[in-house]
Amino acid sequence: MIPAAFEYARPTTVDEALQAIAAGGDDVKVLAGGQSLIPVMRLRLAAPETVVDLGRVAELRGVRDDGDAIVIGAMTTHHDVMTDPLVQQYAPLIAEATETVADRQVRARGTFGGALVHADPAGDLPAVALALDAEFVIAGLEGRRTVSAGEFFVDYLTTAVEEGELLVEIRVPKLAGEWGMRYEKFNRVAQAWSIVAVAAVVRRENGHIAEARIGLTNMGSTPLRATAVEAALAGAQASPETIAAAARSAAEGTSPSSDLNAQADYREHLAQVLTRRAVTAAAGL
Amino acid sequence: MTAVEDRPTTEAPEREVGKARRRKEDARLITGRTTWTDNMVLPGMLHLAVVRSPVAHAKISSIDTSVAQEAPGVVAVLTGRDVADEQGSIPCAWPVTPDMVNPGHPSIAVDEVNHVGEAVAVIVARSKAAAQDAVELVDVDYDLLPAVLDMEEATGQDPDLCHDHLESNRSFHFVFDGGEAGTGADTDQVFADAEVVVSRRFVQQRLIPAFMEPRSVVVQPQGDNYTMWSSTQVPHILRIMLAMVTGVPEHKLRVVAPDVGGGFGGKLQVTPEEVISLLVARRLGKPVKWTETRSESLMTAHHGRDQIQYIDIASDREGNVKGLRCRILADMGAYLRLVSPGVPVLGAFMFNGIYKFDAYRFECDGVFTNKTPTDAYRGAGRPEATFAIERIMDELAVELGMDPLELRRKNWIKAEEFPFTTVAGMTYDSGDYETATQQALELLGYDELRAEQQRRRESNDPVQLGIGFSTFTEMCGLAPSRVLGSLSYGAGGWEHAAIRMLPTGKVEVVTGSTPHGQGHETAWSQLVADRLGVPFEDVEVLHGDTSVAPRGLDTYGSRSLVVGGAAVVNAAEKVVAKARRVAAHLLEASEDDLDYTGGKFSVRGTPGSEVSIQEIALATFAAHNFPEGVEPSIDADATFDPENFSFPHGTHVCAMEVDTETGMVKIRKYACVDDVGTIVNPLIVEGQVHGGLAQGIAQALFEEAVYDADGNLTTGTFVDYLVPSAADLPHFDTGNTVHEAPGNPIGAKGVGEAGCIASTPAVVNAALDAVRHLGVRDIRMPLTPERVWRALHDGGDGGDRATAGTNAYGGAQTETTAGVSTPQSALGGDR
Ligand SMILES: Cc1cc2nc3c(=O)[nH]c(=O)nc-3n(C[C@H](O)[C@H](O)[C@H](O)COP(=O)(O)OP(=O)(O)OC[C@H]3O[C@@H](n4cnc5c(N)ncnc54)[C@H](O)[C@@H]3O)c2cc1C
Repeated sequence: MIPAAFEYARPTTVDEALQAIAAGGDDVKVLAGGQSLIPVMRLRLAAPETVVDLGRVAELRGVRDDGDAIVIGAMTTHHDVMTDPLVQQYAPLIAEATETVADRQVRARGTFGGALVHADPAGDLPAVALALDAEFVIAGLEGRRTVSAGEFFVDYLTTAVEEGELLVEIRVPKLAGEWGMRYEKFNRVAQAWSIVAVAAVVRRENGHIAEARIGLTNMGSTPLRATAVEAALAGAQASPETIAAAARSAAEGTSPSSDLNAQADYREHLAQVLTRRAVTAAAGL
Repeated sequence: MTAVEDRPTTEAPEREVGKARRRKEDARLITGRTTWTDNMVLPGMLHLAVVRSPVAHAKISSIDTSVAQEAPGVVAVLTGRDVADEQGSIPCAWPVTPDMVNPGHPSIAVDEVNHVGEAVAVIVARSKAAAQDAVELVDVDYDLLPAVLDMEEATGQDPDLCHDHLESNRSFHFVFDGGEAGTGADTDQVFADAEVVVSRRFVQQRLIPAFMEPRSVVVQPQGDNYTMWSSTQVPHILRIMLAMVTGVPEHKLRVVAPDVGGGFGGKLQVTPEEVISLLVARRLGKPVKWTETRSESLMTAHHGRDQIQYIDIASDREGNVKGLRCRILADMGAYLRLVSPGVPVLGAFMFNGIYKFDAYRFECDGVFTNKTPTDAYRGAGRPEATFAIERIMDELAVELGMDPLELRRKNWIKAEEFPFTTVAGMTYDSGDYETATQQALELLGYDELRAEQQRRRESNDPVQLGIGFSTFTEMCGLAPSRVLGSLSYGAGGWEHAAIRMLPTGKVEVVTGSTPHGQGHETAWSQLVADRLGVPFEDVEVLHGDTSVAPRGLDTYGSRSLVVGGAAVVNAAEKVVAKARRVAAHLLEASEDDLDYTGGKFSVRGTPGSEVSIQEIALATFAAHNFPEGVEPSIDADATFDPENFSFPHGTHVCAMEVDTETGMVKIRKYACVDDVGTIVNPLIVEGQVHGGLAQGIAQALFEEAVYDADGNLTTGTFVDYLVPSAADLPHFDTGNTVHEAPGNPIGAKGVGEAGCIASTPAVVNAALDAVRHLGVRDIRMPLTPERVWRALHDGGDGGDRATAGTNAYGGAQTETTAGVSTPQSALGGDR
């Protein structure tokens, strides 16, 4: 449980950080809250040559209002995200899901950006970002680029953030109209990762579901959208029966893994039940 | 000398026994500002790291340590071959049958490894980090052998062998037959004549004790003497065993268990790492330290439970039970450790529970598999027995169409029948099962919950409700030495205590029953305060160091208060008897004319003439004015050896909600009424019950040590070995009845294991009660939501779990605990 030796850099700006990464050698790891990276280093599954600690990069912390979106700095801790008034007003789904992450101690250190770049299929925030159509601002030595949530999650523990780059902020569009949201997380003990979870964002218009966006946690190597359910719900009547019928296709196109907590077929079943529950709640029924 | 003059000489101090005192040791334990072994730093201390086998079963074809030897900071690298002549075998103190097979257990494997995590070499370095870095530099070649992992296969036709120098995978075959022992009728005959027979196969999954403080050892050589500090439950046993294993003479060894952060049986052991640390310190003449990581702890500290139980129960149509037959496969793991074989044998006398059977037969095979050895874990043998009987009683009730409580009531021992000798030959001391049950039902709000259960069934609610019982007893207070002898255990079961009266009137109590978090310092102080009439705060309890507390048999089997506390009380009585002679001298009266209350002697009928025990302590210290021919000491010691076990009992009732859509189970309410005899400290009793319930419920719902097809432990971190926290457990409604234990001067029966022994079957029975009407007959522990869902949807008992660790941390647990991955153990399962 002692990490292998490594070089350490602690920049104070994004530019310095990018330079430290470029100068750090072949195997550089960025340290955010350390809640995923440090355990892996202690178990010696990762033995980076250099660790670039973002803890002092003030510009990466905090949430701001940017007109049609709220912008969450990558280094904003889970605790700060959860309790932020802008998040609570415009993206309560993020607050709700973040509250289910781990325990107080982990939430005090772990960061929104770290959780998204880590892209653990069992992590709660990727599916939420996907359901909210969030955008990811990535910085490199050549400048900044923005990718959609759909492009951001590439594979198991792999995102669009390339070597030498940093995730700097996440833009969450403000939603217009009458939206309801719900995160249904299924796990066995209080501070555990999701076995399966469903993030539902639903817009209602005179008794109908105008639009539904559904993100699935841990139903494949990346977070997924339950597109078949979304299609079935678009324009449908907001009734328990229609929702239940639509939710039956929640596992379509997914490829969940089998592990100690669940085999694939059970995960598929859970996705259906949890989708029904999440959409029902988000639709205000 | 005025040390005692300013004491208020008012009325007798308040009675301590029965007071809910906060534990005096807690502040230092909770803040960690104490003597945890790993906190020790000695000048020149070297650090050990253990190189461990990544494979379950293999011949070691070569070990190359040359690169590691050269690594910075490394002082030495030792393999099993290097210490083969001096390491002996990890001892097994409990040969349960004369022909028990013990394959021998080197501390460092020499030719063959038999489980993942077995030590193959030890690095000695100047820092912990240097030692850890060098672990990866040791190059070991293994010739793989087939891994034996399944007990039924291991004892079936032509099995692979766990130890190829043995003839089979069987270590022993232990039988208790009531007919042969003369405690019951002929079992086969009773079954042949029975109107109803119900047979079931129950699985007691493998568990990990998961104590909070990881194990740690420090050894300091000093000339030809050695002092070992170890995070152990059993410093006294450890000292004797280390002497026998390593040849360091017993009087040259001092073992200290400083403050120890939990054990649950998991530190009732002589570990390979303790032996290795002593060997290295002896060889290098330098102090050494070894502290395990959590992964090492989960993988290599001994595991518990792991039985397959084939249980038959016979009764008549009216529900009068007649016979019980138990056939047990008990997984020993790869080796026999200190009491591995004794664990199922401790259960052998408890499968009949609180019921009156005519006939009883128990047989158990101890089986070797290529897994971490098993040994004591909270309850050791008795949870397994209690689970079997309390589950089969429910199954019989279903078969007979009877209410499960009615069936129990019909068969249990009545209050007026105590003491009662059971079909297993045990004499239950005292109790009243009916009263405890009535109280528990009231605590639960039984009638209302039954009504709600009915409503949910009728409305086809997706969330169903069930109620489950466990009306249990257990044998505690290990143990009468003669009984242990008759079961071939290698030691006695007495306990020792000494009391030293200091000149200032303060009291030192020396106990041989070494605590590891139970609160002995508080409870012993309460006992002594009452007997000696001294303030609670004036008592200091010393323990855990074989040079301070030279005689003792330590803490396990709910024995401390019942045996160790009894020794303390007897020692206090001896102090009082000695003090009485001095008092008579000082008061110029006859001993017979003295009254003793509240720590003061007074001459009967002569008001104002009194002397306190503190004053006597001072007079004894000065010895200026002492009775003729009496040695100037009122200190005393006592050794208590009980004549019988004590038998706590209780009724536990669990109400369980089952979400039939997801399989999630949730305890709605839990009530229990335990009879643990006299209660010295209600707060400690409550704490022990809560902790025990947590662990018993954890077996039912959460915990399981899982091995994959290659013998890798895939529940190798707390991400996958699910220990519940307070957030995952319900509020507990607890109560007590008190029937004093007749077998010790306190009247206590022992509470350390009760909650853990009783709760597991109540929880499983409750879940089954919720879904039996949906066709579910059994669900295997732990009741994961997946298993419950499968049992509901596919029938069966929920089946095996997938063995891959979860993907959080990228499946790290498999890699670190095993070091290898094969197609079967691929990280993250089938991804
Ligand atoms: C006990 C425990 C329980 C947990 N339970 C949950 C749970 O229930 N649900 C859940 O979702 N999560 C859970 N987590 C994970 C938690 O959310 C972590 O905080 C998160 O996964 C990683 O965030 P971090 O800030 O700690 O990142 P770090 O561990 O510091 O980094 C994680 C990875 O992301 C990279 N990285 C971080 N920031 C950046 C950046 N700005 N740009 C580029 N790369 C970056 C790092 O290099 C590293 O590879 C748990 C963690 C623990 C320890």
